[in-house]
Amino acid sequence: MTSVIAPAFDVEKIREDFPVLKQTIHGKPLVYLDSAATAQKPTAVVDAIRKFHEVDCANIHRGVHELSQRSTAAYEETRSKARQFLNSKSTSELIFVRGTTEGINLVASSWGRQNVKEGDEIVISAMEHHSNIVPWQMLCEEKGAKLRVIPMNDRGELILEEYEKLLNPRTRMVAVTHVSNALGTINPVKEIIAMAHKAGAVTLIDGAQAAPHRAVDVQDLDADFYTLSGHKVVGPTGIGILYGKAALLNAMPPYQGGGDMIKVVTFEKTTYADLPYKFEAGTPNIAGGIGLGAAFDYVNGIGLDKIAAYEHELLVYGTEALSRIPGLRIIGTAREKAAVLSFVMEGIHPHDIGTVLDRQGIAVRTGHHCAQPVMDWFHVPATTRASLAFYNTAAEIDALAAGLGKVKEIFS
Amino acid sequence: MVDDLYQDLILDHSKHPRNCHAMDDANRKAEGYNPLCGDKLKLFVKMDGDVVKDASFLGSGCAISTASASLMTESLKGKTRDQALKLLDKFHNLLTTDTPVTKDLGKLVVFCGVRDYPARVKCATLAWHTLKSALDGAAEPVSTETE
Repeated sequence: MTSVIAPAFDVEKIREDFPVLKQTIHGKPLVYLDSAATAQKPTAVVDAIRKFHEVDCANIHRGVHELSQRSTAAYEETRSKARQFLNSKSTSELIFVRGTTEGINLVASSWGRQNVKEGDEIVISAMEHHSNIVPWQMLCEEKGAKLRVIPMNDRGELILEEYEKLLNPRTRMVAVTHVSNALGTINPVKEIIAMAHKAGAVTLIDGAQAAPHRAVDVQDLDADFYTLSGHKVVGPTGIGILYGKAALLNAMPPYQGGGDMIKVVTFEKTTYADLPYKFEAGTPNIAGGIGLGAAFDYVNGIGLDKIAAYEHELLVYGTEALSRIPGLRIIGTAREKAAVLSFVMEGIHPHDIGTVLDRQGIAVRTGHHCAQPVMDWFHVPATTRASLAFYNTAAEIDALAAGLGKVKEIFS
Repeated sequence: MVDDLYQDLILDHSKHPRNCHAMDDANRKAEGYNPLCGDKLKLFVKMDGDVVKDASFLGSGCAISTASASLMTESLKGKTRDQALKLLDKFHNLLTTDTPVTKDLGKLVVFCGVRDYPARVKCATLAWHTLKSALDGAAEPVSTETE
């Protein structure tokens, strides 16, 4: 099978930017199909982190010396890049966090404790990652509030009519994922947000799987909170962004106390810093922040619209290739879908599929993908998931299909 | 190669597991769970005094965990509690250390390939963790993540 996909950029040239892709695994060329777990890092990101450690390393924000000024400038520049990336009004609305999980926990803990009371309701969806379930569950338990769940259909699409019925004057928060990590579904978050606002609820969008693959405009979406993980956007691990509307963030109490989040400290009273620093206690992941800036530059250099278009082509190609395999069932067939191919094979457990593929150099994820309720809904204990990024090729999908042929050979 | 892991005996026991049924008159029962992959196992043991008279299991899992449960239940019959626990230790060593393979493991040596696949050790040990829990009479389901 030869590739019929013609991307708007040179994929082979792009692959040159990712040193990790140029290796063999168990004697076979690496085929990395696990970008929904973490994306690989281009040399530009690795170099930015190295330059910080080799040339500019200092703590940020308070030093008057040259290195501290350099590192502060580089770190804060990432905030400006994040502003452009998400199109927020101001950099003061962007909080550095460890990742999406911390972003959600920050909101659940700070906004949630202040605003959610006994009898209130929080709405999430049936396809959430555990990170957008558990923090709200903890909050509900603490406050005596109720967690409501938007159901989905057989394709793995949220049922908006049912969602509408869940909304009522007790609904305080609607927290929904932009793109499902286990199914690939792209949710109509603009509509979901508008419906929540009509009911007087605040919204949080989990952008972990969306940010690397499509342009996000928080003002156009009218999201109250939007959070992403740097490492899924070809940046380093341990850094992410939480966007929040200034009015909400200003009214919220700090999440953690410590250095950098204060104006004046006495033993009697502490005055907190203005946004965004009020939510950034302690020395942050400076290297990670600087690496994330390089990652934003890198994906912007290719263009998120071109990335989205190419990945869609890969998805179509991959869906066709997998559909030809007898006994294989794709889990998650939403009409609006990101490049995630989650599937099960009759009589063969995903772990065995994953091991056999690994021995052929193919990296996929197997298991529940931190979305056990999704697995329960589809009545499967686990799936095998191939998740694609702009550095993947049609030839790699062919390799996956051939690898699954080997799987069938062993187990049938 | 991957065939070292999926030897014929393992494939046979995963496709046609032995002792794969519930047991009404079992006097020891335990549940095992591997939260990493979602594999679940129910183990039934019938003790006659100190001796394992019969053992069976129910569950859904990968080829390795199913074959392991199948071969384990076969190997347990007639063993005393102490012998069963000793076998567990030997089996664990087989999977997690480089010690030479000992003969007294019988058919269980077929799992020696697992030691080259660290991510799969817990698949092979799930049934054995559950066995320990059953013999200890634990009330809570045992998880592979508590070791």
